[in-house]
Amino acid sequence: MSKPVKQIHLAAHFPGVNNTTVWSDPRSGSHIEFESFVHLAQTAERAKFDFLFLAEGLRLREQGGEIYDLDVVGRPDTFTVLAALAAVTDRLGLTGTINSTFNEPYEVARQFASLDHLSAGRAAWNVVTSWDAFTGENFRRGGFLEQQQRYSRAKQFLDTAWELFDSWRGDEIAADKDSGVFLTDPLAGSFRHQDDHFDIGGQFNVPRSPQGRPVIFQAGDSEEGREFAASTADAIFSRHSTLDAGKAFYTDVKGRLARYGRGHDQLLILPAATFVLGDTEAEAAELAHEVRLQQFSGQTAIKLLEQVWNRDLSAYDPDGPLPEIDPLIGEHTIAKGRASVRNGRDPIELANEWRARAEAEKLSIRELIAAVGGRQSFIGTPATVAETINQFVQEDASDGFILVPHITPSGLDEFADTVVPLLQERGVFRTEYEGETLRDHLGLGTPTPAAAAEAVAS
Amino acid sequence: MPSSPISPAADDAADVEGSPAAPLHLAVALDGAGWHPAAWREPRARPAELLTARYWSDLVAEAERGLLDFVTIEDSLSLQSTQPLQGPDDRTDQVRGRLDAVLIAARIAPLSRRIGLVPTAIATHTEPFHLSKAIATLDYVSGGRAGIRVQISGRPDETAHFGRREFPPLPTDAAGFASPEFQQAITARFDEAADYVEVLRRLWDSWEDDAEIRDTATGRFVDRKKLHYIDFQGEYFSVKGPSITPRPPQGQPLVTALGHMTVPYQLIARATDVGYVTPRDAAHAREITAEIRAEQAAAGRAGETLHVFGDLVVFLDDDAAAAADRKDRLDQLAGAELQSDARIFTGTAAQLADLLLELQQAGLTGFRLRPGALPDDLEQITRRLVPELQRRGAFRLGYEADTLRGLLGLPRPANRYANSPVAAAI
Repeated sequence: MSKPVKQIHLAAHFPGVNNTTVWSDPRSGSHIEFESFVHLAQTAERAKFDFLFLAEGLRLREQGGEIYDLDVVGRPDTFTVLAALAAVTDRLGLTGTINSTFNEPYEVARQFASLDHLSAGRAAWNVVTSWDAFTGENFRRGGFLEQQQRYSRAKQFLDTAWELFDSWRGDEIAADKDSGVFLTDPLAGSFRHQDDHFDIGGQFNVPRSPQGRPVIFQAGDSEEGREFAASTADAIFSRHSTLDAGKAFYTDVKGRLARYGRGHDQLLILPAATFVLGDTEAEAAELAHEVRLQQFSGQTAIKLLEQVWNRDLSAYDPDGPLPEIDPLIGEHTIAKGRASVRNGRDPIELANEWRARAEAEKLSIRELIAAVGGRQSFIGTPATVAETINQFVQEDASDGFILVPHITPSGLDEFADTVVPLLQERGVFRTEYEGETLRDHLGLGTPTPAAAAEAVAS
Repeated sequence: MPSSPISPAADDAADVEGSPAAPLHLAVALDGAGWHPAAWREPRARPAELLTARYWSDLVAEAERGLLDFVTIEDSLSLQSTQPLQGPDDRTDQVRGRLDAVLIAARIAPLSRRIGLVPTAIATHTEPFHLSKAIATLDYVSGGRAGIRVQISGRPDETAHFGRREFPPLPTDAAGFASPEFQQAITARFDEAADYVEVLRRLWDSWEDDAEIRDTATGRFVDRKKLHYIDFQGEYFSVKGPSITPRPPQGQPLVTALGHMTVPYQLIARATDVGYVTPRDAAHAREITAEIRAEQAAAGRAGETLHVFGDLVVFLDDDAAAAADRKDRLDQLAGAELQSDARIFTGTAAQLADLLLELQQAGLTGFRLRPGALPDDLEQITRRLVPELQRRGAFRLGYEADTLRGLLGLPRPANRYANSPVAAAI
């Protein structure tokens, strides 16, 4: 029996602070000015994408004790940009990455509930964690968490936020001028939460929002991260570079859902992906090679290598072989503020793997870093890219993709104009939004508040 | 100019033909259905829409049609209450629930063009790093029209919503308020707010205006010599910096605060661009502005423009009796006469214009009007009061600047870190 044809989910990632963003291209515009965000968001909406995705950074990255200056530096505030974008779009989901370590649940829940109201049900929250003192130096709590506490705080942060979202049932506001009853329940929004990280209570002051609660995204590939996503998230933002790796991840994470009483469709797997389009396969490959050279200059390759080696490697030739010395183990002193540094694999193991590959394929430092540094990238004509994306989705390597253009803000235009129509022709991507909210677009139900659900059950 | 109040009507023509006083600035304070707790029951009120973007964009569009300098948007980290110092009041006959003011401002920014947007932030419980980038971003999305009203909180229920610090219980009577303990606690919260504002401003300056260089020859996106650690160390928090958001279009968005007594007056004088005060009459306004101007001079800011705006709650109608009747009707619906920290005015737009010009003579440079009911009193401001003031030569005929600082006659601040002695020595 053949499987039913899956519908693809697509989203746009605003190109940000990393080496995949090619800022040196003459077409590259501002990463700060609002017009850039408007352009990308309106392009994504024109193409009927599910949502726009914003990453976050809370401290400028440093390397070797200096602010890192080879990539784009700086970005605007996530909530503020998303709220403003709600004014210039009608249907596009608005997904913001917000750290659960350097925020408080009451405030973040308030901001997301507000964004959901102000966008008429289009808000989503990518929950990320941090624990490092480096970022903490910008915040009141300062210091940092024990690393093993980062997921427990994130989990309890999210639990607390859910209680706040669910503290209004949604029917409390009568606003009846004649009778003078504004609120039917004086205790609307009541909550009490006590656990290892939070001991708070009172009344939440944002009434229930159109989606009940924002769509919850989780990023992170560790065992704990996968479990956290399977237990609580609506979608997972992953990073897997091949069809096989994608399938393995998909099977693993979806397999964890049942133990939390959740169905297969209640968690979407959406990896990040880049793309390069050309009129012919050869032209696309050539363009991709040019982009790769812009993304991985000799300087950038050495800096990326230092992030694994945790040593000053400035004396090495980027066009020469990989260092024979091993990475320094222990606290990262070279690179600070990098997710890859905080979450990385065992550096010695990784170094050995890279050296073996460089030797086998005769790769210089720069060539090796370019080979391992890219994300899943779709390179080809619009027809072959549409075909490949569809293959990934139909073969359960993902439920869709979060596309990261390498040019701001026009990098999605060509994809919208050429690839999307081909997916629509195949009947695997919407030609018009069918619902109003982001939960509608993603095929996720609107959650009922716990209190209401209990009332129904009893 | 005589210091006596300007007499009404008869002198208007002379004012227009003579040399009018410095232009008067006008802001309007938006909160729910208006500042009267029963305002939501007025025929034209839209109480079921208070949480929608459309409601706020309609109000701001009206304010912009009236050429007002800016709107403020009230906020709190707890439910509205008739006894805010004690906590929620369990009442069901008044507006309860609200949205984050910074996000409301961001949501309406692309829908307006010239008017300033000044949301409220609670300095006591929020992070200056987050707020700094939020307001810098509001400045980007509005093209240089952002400001912030910094407010403190002593409410026990707000403290419990965060659960990370403890404050002494608030006094319940006048003697308690006057006690040294309470005054000390208040002073500490304002000291913290002053630190908060200092961090906002340093973070806005932490990028020099030309820090982004995109130098393809050397592969450098920024000149990191033009990014600065702020290294703020205070009693309540420390912040390293630099900001992640580049310096906003206005350099520093507008900083504002409301004050009713000496300690907040000091915050206004030392740290803000606009202070809101609540004079009972012209004599009181003279007293307050004298105190603030003295503090301003003591803080070494005598040469800087610092606006002192009078706050007034207003009920306006085409005849004075109708305005008073409307307020009485709302008082009856609410079951109590309206109480406010600010003077409550009922009357016609022309009568209000008289009062504003009188108070301006006493040293105020502008006003933040709190409409008793929305949209009625807002429309009276934009469609009656503004033309009246224009006729008297006391208000702008069109927006004369693109930025909020420009409207208020405030210069774009120099960056404290640019051309620092260290840089100059190199």
